[in-house]
Amino acid sequence: MLEMKKVSKRYRTSTVETRALAELNLSVEEGEFVAIVGPSGSGKTTFLNVAGLLESFDGGSYELDGENVTQLNDKERSRLRNQKIGFVFQNFNLIPDLNVFDNVDIPLRYQRVSAGKRSELVESALDTVGLKGRMRHLPGQLSGGQQQRVAIARALVGRPRLLLADEPTGNLDSNTASGVFDLLLELHSTGSTILMVTHEESMASHATRSVQIRDGILQAE
Amino acid sequence: MLGYDTFLASKAIRQHPILSMLMALAIALGIGTFMTIVTISYSIGKNPLPQKNDFLYRVQLDAGNPDRQSNDPRSRPDQLTYTDATALMRTSAAWRQSAMFGVQGVVRPEREALHPFEVSGRAVYSDFFEMFDAPFEYGGTWSTDSDENSERVVVLSKDTNERLFGDQGSVGEHISLNDELFRIVGVLDEWDLVPRIYDLSFSPPEETFLPFSTAVEMEFRRVGSTNCWQPSPPGREGFLASECVWIQFWAELEDSSKRDTYLSFLDSYAMEQKQFGRFQRPLNNAIHTIDEWIAYEREDDGGLTIFAIIALLFFIVCLINTIGLLLAKFLSRTRELAIHRALGASRRALFWRFLVEAGCIGLAGGLLGLAFTWLGLLGIRVLLRGQDGALHLTQLDPLLTVVTLLLGIVTSVLTALYPAWRGSRDTPGVLLKGL
Repeated sequence: MLEMKKVSKRYRTSTVETRALAELNLSVEEGEFVAIVGPSGSGKTTFLNVAGLLESFDGGSYELDGENVTQLNDKERSRLRNQKIGFVFQNFNLIPDLNVFDNVDIPLRYQRVSAGKRSELVESALDTVGLKGRMRHLPGQLSGGQQQRVAIARALVGRPRLLLADEPTGNLDSNTASGVFDLLLELHSTGSTILMVTHEESMASHATRSVQIRDGILQAE
Repeated sequence: MLGYDTFLASKAIRQHPILSMLMALAIALGIGTFMTIVTISYSIGKNPLPQKNDFLYRVQLDAGNPDRQSNDPRSRPDQLTYTDATALMRTSAAWRQSAMFGVQGVVRPEREALHPFEVSGRAVYSDFFEMFDAPFEYGGTWSTDSDENSERVVVLSKDTNERLFGDQGSVGEHISLNDELFRIVGVLDEWDLVPRIYDLSFSPPEETFLPFSTAVEMEFRRVGSTNCWQPSPPGREGFLASECVWIQFWAELEDSSKRDTYLSFLDSYAMEQKQFGRFQRPLNNAIHTIDEWIAYEREDDGGLTIFAIIALLFFIVCLINTIGLLLAKFLSRTRELAIHRALGASRRALFWRFLVEAGCIGLAGGLLGLAFTWLGLLGIRVLLRGQDGALHLTQLDPLLTVVTLLLGIVTSVLTALYPAWRGSRDTPGVLLKGL
């Protein structure tokens, strides 16, 4: 599903160069639930952005679902992101002036799915996260946990091969966080491949595999 | 995607209503000022008889002052002498032709209830009406015999006929014009010839039309300019034989291929006149189509050009302001853009979305600009109140309405190119990190 070999990433300013990822190797099989753990500033989010094709990388190779993404241009990377990857962010990242339906609808719009089919898929995704009754609500009218469920519905609606979650419970209280995490486990049990960045060991322990990252270097697999 | 882009654009516009309104207002102010001047300029230069453009020609003969030689081709007089105008009329070099001049007369109505009143008139030849597509409600033009014999015949405008005879056709009736009885041979229908191209006036066509020879014989009071480069000999006959120019001359050719032939004919005529001591300047005769004549006569209209340049500069300043506002608007939405990028939008998709949004703002700016243009024209109409052609000059025609709206959309899309490029080029991962 995901194969990274010697992937490196540096950030450069006019005066400073910072190494974010150093010759990182990682292989994730279909159906795995892999937790990426590490302290703040260790490169977890950079790794997730590179894995999610949100950022380019400087060296190494990366294959996603059998497709080498190293040389892809922006349009092709956007297509891959849209069709094969679903994102769940720590801060939910819902668009505040779009209602729940329209937020979940976004990935399908870029897939150019017909209106009828989109409606069916959005309702089904919201049903999965238990929010079908809140379709016309704005994000601001929902609790934090509900917003993250909407974000998960949006990540799932396009039927991606890989779900990338960046501290998905980081902004939630423990009860709500538990509910959201249960939902991720449920998705994994139905066959979804999940790559989750977290600094909470308790959550990482539920993953099928846990990977440590420190100073941009993968410590253990 | 256009539908989705428009949907999101409308959301974005409503999200920042004041900023969006400011942009539309900046575009509208620029468009309003610019299109007000463009409308007036367009109205001045508009050819009301485009179908005649390849056939009708204004004739200029250079019988000017030999002591004031000039290399400027525009130094030739616009009008002809009586000698030349009548000499040309005696030839059949053109398919149709008419010498003409404006006159003023007094009508004494038979109906006692009506007092005598002054009427504007034009002394023309019988071909005039067909040459300028004058529409007849009753009757028609007079015969060539009437031209040759200075007959007392007249064609009335629709308004004059209604004033004298009500709704009835008056062909065959007589009116007293300058104390002589004229037989009415035709009544014109509504004739919307603005500008009045035969003398480039913005007044409506005259109230009466009579044979050229009749007006000369009866010594109708002439209306229009008279220019003499040497003193006119005394008396009416002296004036007619003088080098004073006061007659407009138009010729209609079968098609534009005859143009060179006709100009050669004019040059031959001038060469012939040189033998009699006239036309002492180098050959500088010319004929102009209607479009050429309008452009020729408006070339000196520098004031309008300056206004147009100022309006254009103001429009550009408004657009530069719009670029700044668009840049601020687009860059303030980095979070939303990054989310769309993460969910599958390419840079190009976002770029187009920005342009669609700018186009929507531009459409609003164009509509508002149309209202400002209308207000600007209304203001100028008030300033020109009472002057000929004020209404015509300040009317926004359908073509300019469409141009105004398109100008709003096109300029706003063009001004959005840089902000859209700038707003769509950030990497989503970098943007999402800070969120």
